[in-house]
Amino acid sequence: MEIRHFTCINCPMGCPLSVTIDDQGQVVEVQGNTCPKGDAYGQSEAVHPLRIVTSVVPVLHGDLLMVSCKTSQPIPKEKMFDVIQALKSVRFEAPIHIGDVLIENVANTSASIIATKEVQRI
Amino acid sequence: MENNKQLVIIGGGPAGLAAAIGAKQAGIDDLLILERDHCLGGILNQCIHNGFGLHTFGEELTGPEYAWRYIQQVKDLEIPYQLDSMVLDISEDKTIRYVNATQGVCQVHAQAIILAMGCRERPFGSLSIPGYRPAGIYSAGTAQKLVNIDGYMPGKEVVILGSGDIGLIMARRMTFEGAHVHTVAERLPYSGGLKRNIVQCLDDFNIPLQLSHTVVDVHGKDRIESVTIAQVNANNLPIAGTEQEYPCDTLLLSCGLIPENELSAKAGIQLSKITNGPIVNELLETNKEGVFACGNVLHVHDLVDFVSQEATKAGQNAAQYILNHLPETQHEIPIETSGLIRYTVPFSIDPSRMDDKQVIRFRLGNVLKNGYVNVYIDDKRIIHQKKMIRTPGEMESIVLKREWLSDATQSIRIETEVA
Ligand SMILES: Cc1cc2nc3c(=O)[nH]c(=O)nc-3n(C[C@H](O)[C@H](O)[C@H](O)COP(=O)(O)OP(=O)(O)OC[C@H]3O[C@@H](n4cnc5c(N)ncnc54)[C@H](O)[C@@H]3O)c2cc1C
Ligand code: SF4
Repeated sequence: MEIRHFTCINCPMGCPLSVTIDDQGQVVEVQGNTCPKGDAYGQSEAVHPLRIVTSVVPVLHGDLLMVSCKTSQPIPKEKMFDVIQALKSVRFEAPIHIGDVLIENVANTSASIIATKEVQRI
Repeated sequence: MENNKQLVIIGGGPAGLAAAIGAKQAGIDDLLILERDHCLGGILNQCIHNGFGLHTFGEELTGPEYAWRYIQQVKDLEIPYQLDSMVLDISEDKTIRYVNATQGVCQVHAQAIILAMGCRERPFGSLSIPGYRPAGIYSAGTAQKLVNIDGYMPGKEVVILGSGDIGLIMARRMTFEGAHVHTVAERLPYSGGLKRNIVQCLDDFNIPLQLSHTVVDVHGKDRIESVTIAQVNANNLPIAGTEQEYPCDTLLLSCGLIPENELSAKAGIQLSKITNGPIVNELLETNKEGVFACGNVLHVHDLVDFVSQEATKAGQNAAQYILNHLPETQHEIPIETSGLIRYTVPFSIDPSRMDDKQVIRFRLGNVLKNGYVNVYIDDKRIIHQKKMIRTPGEMESIVLKREWLSDATQSIRIETEVA
């Protein structure tokens, strides 16, 4: 048995969670949460933490130099830097619209990189 | 050029956008948004992280996406706006002077005005830190603009002073872009930043947050070379012997935001010493009749959803004012505060003009665990609300029902009670 501590981030309450994990790595109990969201978060954070990654990539012929972007869904936390790395060598032609898929299956996460800003072509 | 408008909104950030939409939908067609930047959306354009709009849209958007939803609505409703137009002053009779590169100095007279100028960051000069003033010291928001808008990295070895949300967000952002963030030093014994940002921007990358620590010296003549960080005691004085030097080429400051009220002050609008924003009544109207305020210019918000809600109200109220639908004010009751409550917005309430359910927003001066917020009307307690934790960094609110008040009401008091 092991107890791991997390802070629930699903709302400004920031409940302090204690997650009990058995020797097989299974979650036995989540304590300290005020609502079911905290329970789900504790379970997920203890065994497979996920994060949305956001960044910017350069644009060619756009009215902005950079377009902001995000992963289409949360990706495994340990893959954050792989995703960031995959964004280092790319650039995109304007126009770009919010929701445009810029990269599919980024860093083999099965998530896409999608644009979060409008860029007009100039 | 001089013309007349029913309503002019100063600032095209989320507050200005929502205010304009609120007013337009309440029947005001002759309105104008003035924005000094070259695009609408305000600070959200550089806030590329997600976490916006959970309350409003039930999903987590990035700053630009959240702004876009409101910009689209402004366009769909054909609300006029003028970009690259900086407001210079507001006269006694509500004539607004602004300047832009194509038309020069222009004037517009408004029946009502909504202030939505947002806030700015507390500058280095105001922090009274000894040592040199070399290159490499930026406010966190300036660094955010450089990295996210211009695609330019200000440095590689970073120390952050202050644990406000922008500083926390930038710790992660700079780490992603290849920088080494050594530490975040916070003078107070708690962080003003959201829990979520402490977890996802610092803990995730093992960046230490040092509470009750501050920068006591800055080294380097041309470019910053290192800073000295020391622990502070309860009186905010550095404790001798705790100094530690951190080599760095960049120091980011995230030491709080100040509502941008030079314009308001010049126009004779009464400001609160606590919020640094205008003192407003239940309509979000300032001491100058027909001048309303909302968003970060009124008081600093941590969640943009509340900015939009508040601004929508300001827009609706301005519309009621213009259309002459407001009842005469009867008696304005100041909201008294005590305990940990630093201020409330609104600052006062007229029961005859308040909403059926009036939202009162407030902030605490310190962390309150398992404590209560009590509301007394004429010394009768009508709200007794317990919460596991309340922190200074997170804006709180309660709802006052009109049925609880009457023209005979003498006092409204809101206080905290330690468990
Ligand atoms: C870095 C950062 C991170 C944040 N993170 C989050 C988050 O994760 N989640 C969340 O919900 N909220 C977040 N917020 C809070 C939220 O974004 C702000 O509260 C909100 O943007 C405030 O809106 P506003 O319209 O009042 O101000 P602003 O967005 O600052 O807009 C004010 C506008 O007024 C214009 N203006 C100012 N003076 C003049 C003048 N004289 N003439 C013409 N125009 C003028 C400015 O150019 C600007 O466009 C964050 C804020 C910051 C700064
Ligand atoms: S457990 Fe529920 S109440 Fe507590 S922080 Fe998480 S979401 Fe908020």
